[in-house]
Amino acid sequence: MKILTGNDLKSGAVTWWTGVEWSLHVEDAVDVGDNADTVLAREQAARRVTGAYAIDAARDEAGIRPAHIKERIRALGPTVRPDLTLKPADPNAGQWVI
Amino acid sequence: MTQVQFRFRSDEPVADPGVTVDSFAGQTNAAAVRLEPGDEARDLLPHLDRLRLVEVNFPVFGDGRGYSSARILREAGYTGELRAVGEVLVDQIAYMRRCGFDAFAPEVPLDPADAEAAFSRYAEVYQPTTDGRAAIWAKRHG
Amino acid sequence: MGDLMYKYDQYDQAMVDARVAEFRDQVRRRLDGHLAEEAFRPLRLMNGLYLQLHAYMLRVAIPYGTLSSAQMRMLGHIADKYDRGYGHFTTRQNIQYNWIKLEEAPDILADLASVEMHAIQTSGNCIRNTTSDQYAGAAADELVDPRPYAELIRQWSTFHPEFSYLPRKFKMAVIASDTDRAAMRLHDIGIQIVRNAAGDLGAAFYVGGGMGRTPMIAPCINSFVPLDQFITYAEACLRVYNRHGRRDNKYKARIKILVHELGKDEYTRQVEAEFAHLLSQNIEPPLAELERIKAQFVDPPFETGLSDELDRSDPDFALWVDNNTVAHKAPGYAVAVISLKPVGAIPGDASADQIRVMADLAERYSFDELRVTHAQNIVLPHVRKADLYALWQVLDANGLATANLDQIGDIIACPGLDYCTLANARSIPVAQQISQRMAAKEQEIGELKLKISGCINACGHHHAGHIGILGVDRKGVENYQLLLGGSEGADCSLGQITGPGFDENGIVDAVERVTDRYLGERQPGERFLDTYRRIGMAPFKEAIYG
Repeated sequence: MKILTGNDLKSGAVTWWTGVEWSLHVEDAVDVGDNADTVLAREQAARRVTGAYAIDAARDEAGIRPAHIKERIRALGPTVRPDLTLKPADPNAGQWVI
Repeated sequence: MTQVQFRFRSDEPVADPGVTVDSFAGQTNAAAVRLEPGDEARDLLPHLDRLRLVEVNFPVFGDGRGYSSARILREAGYTGELRAVGEVLVDQIAYMRRCGFDAFAPEVPLDPADAEAAFSRYAEVYQPTTDGRAAIWAKRHG
Repeated sequence: MGDLMYKYDQYDQAMVDARVAEFRDQVRRRLDGHLAEEAFRPLRLMNGLYLQLHAYMLRVAIPYGTLSSAQMRMLGHIADKYDRGYGHFTTRQNIQYNWIKLEEAPDILADLASVEMHAIQTSGNCIRNTTSDQYAGAAADELVDPRPYAELIRQWSTFHPEFSYLPRKFKMAVIASDTDRAAMRLHDIGIQIVRNAAGDLGAAFYVGGGMGRTPMIAPCINSFVPLDQFITYAEACLRVYNRHGRRDNKYKARIKILVHELGKDEYTRQVEAEFAHLLSQNIEPPLAELERIKAQFVDPPFETGLSDELDRSDPDFALWVDNNTVAHKAPGYAVAVISLKPVGAIPGDASADQIRVMADLAERYSFDELRVTHAQNIVLPHVRKADLYALWQVLDANGLATANLDQIGDIIACPGLDYCTLANARSIPVAQQISQRMAAKEQEIGELKLKISGCINACGHHHAGHIGILGVDRKGVENYQLLLGGSEGADCSLGQITGPGFDENGIVDAVERVTDRYLGERQPGERFLDTYRRIGMAPFKEAIYG
């Protein structure tokens, strides 16, 4: 599947396209199929996101898994600061990115 | 030819568009030339007496060679119009002015208020160029 | 600001204040849609604002690595108020914050301007923050304090109208001792202040060094430029580069490629011709300006008659003194280096609380002054030896007394894929694992500089490590190459790749095998680098790959 990620223009936070808006959580991402360019152009022009791009991802039992480690780290947060990730209570959350 | 949006000169503008550097050398009556980023500005130095307009093209704003071309011409004594054309953005024009440009023909016109703010943002400058502004160090040791 | 460093006058202050207003205006135009991201990007970069892996990142300039206590406190304040309670000190003597909001960036710049700081030209294709020797003004071996020359360059390069859209970024360093502590020859321009046979001071110019994808050691193109021509000479070096540096390929756009492709002699000829022309343009500040700046970098009022004796009865303290203090030019004083590399920690990171502690210690024990090193540590440059024990006790209580300066745990590491969009692999976890694995053998091994980059851009200086590690992406999996034999010092050399790369655990094993082989091979007094240079790569390859 193709999903979209970018950063919130004002806060810089990593976001994922849900089909209607941008979410902080990768598990909310939807497959955009062939519409990536259209959505990216519209959303960036509307300044709801910046630096956005399309990536490959797959759905597995744990949810949506970006194909590349870089976007898995984007989805979670820095593996060396678990306290600053989206899953601060899970000490093994960093294993997910590898 | 794009419209000149800002001009800091009182003489009559040259109506003819600039010719390329190559054809300029062969046209003894041309008074206007257009410099591309890769052109050698110093090729024009023997002809400064008949030059009234040099257009310096910025095909993309990130290509900064035109800043050097402008200073080289001014340092050699060129007093005619030096016009920045192409991708001339509001946040570049103050640097261009400092390098000797005195006319601006952005391919996308600039917001006049933003441009005015940009031209007057920095009251003092650290470096002397040929724009006549004294460097801060000159004021410190005036 | 501190009494012993450069202080802004009304001109300098007006310049940074105007910059705050300008950036506030640029951010406003970006947020209201007048400025597209493509046009905004170079503007925010010239203010050190990146869009990184998780958020905006702000890089704050620390000119020549020198800070007052008040400035250091402000860095802690910014970490608390606008970020997540910490900052990352970088290999260019700057500090980065990782969780910045675009809307708040102008307010941060305003706070910085209130303590004579800024983020001007900490990124972008322009002249970046000029770095220097972290022991400047304190080192026993320096000819003069190099920082006044760096400050002169800072002012000349700030908003330079001709050189703000260069082919690529441009980094300068200034030193004034034969011991190079600033990796001077790995910069676009490295300058060493020297004295000639006639007894006059001048500047030796080394041009075209750098790391990155194509590492090169800068050749000397002029061994003595008089001090009343040295800005003009720099201008000539830059103009030749701005006009003729490659713009067709960003990987070949640094000045090192121009110098390499033209050849040192032809590049030098062009610079000398431009220099001869520019001398007629009167662009050189008068020597009185250099003297005005020099007068602000004065020696502290050192006490005389102090003893060099220390009570070494606490062994932990004695070890720290042996490893982390450096000879000072004044009797009874020492340069104290605070390691930001506790075992298993993130190299270069400091919490807001630690930043404040270091500021307080500088005020109390080091004439209000601190330095940032390119090895991502902090220096208190002027500490009375009699105060070292009290200083060490406070450091120890705050996790800042690790006694590993220039040892294998004192790792330089870029942020890597944990923070950086350019990275191919994570650097920090590798640094943490090596530091933990090697901690027990660290003192036995002695001096060994290990440097890790998470991509070919080499922010972690892997080419210049005695042991270097480069993270690469191999089919979507992190992979680490090992290099041996690099050095950033006066004996500058570039590391050589050992062979096939490793996974994260494999690279830690490989480092251990290399150090074990060194311990087996070394002769008395030899550092790792000395042994490597004597016996070459082969024994180490055998140890690693069998």
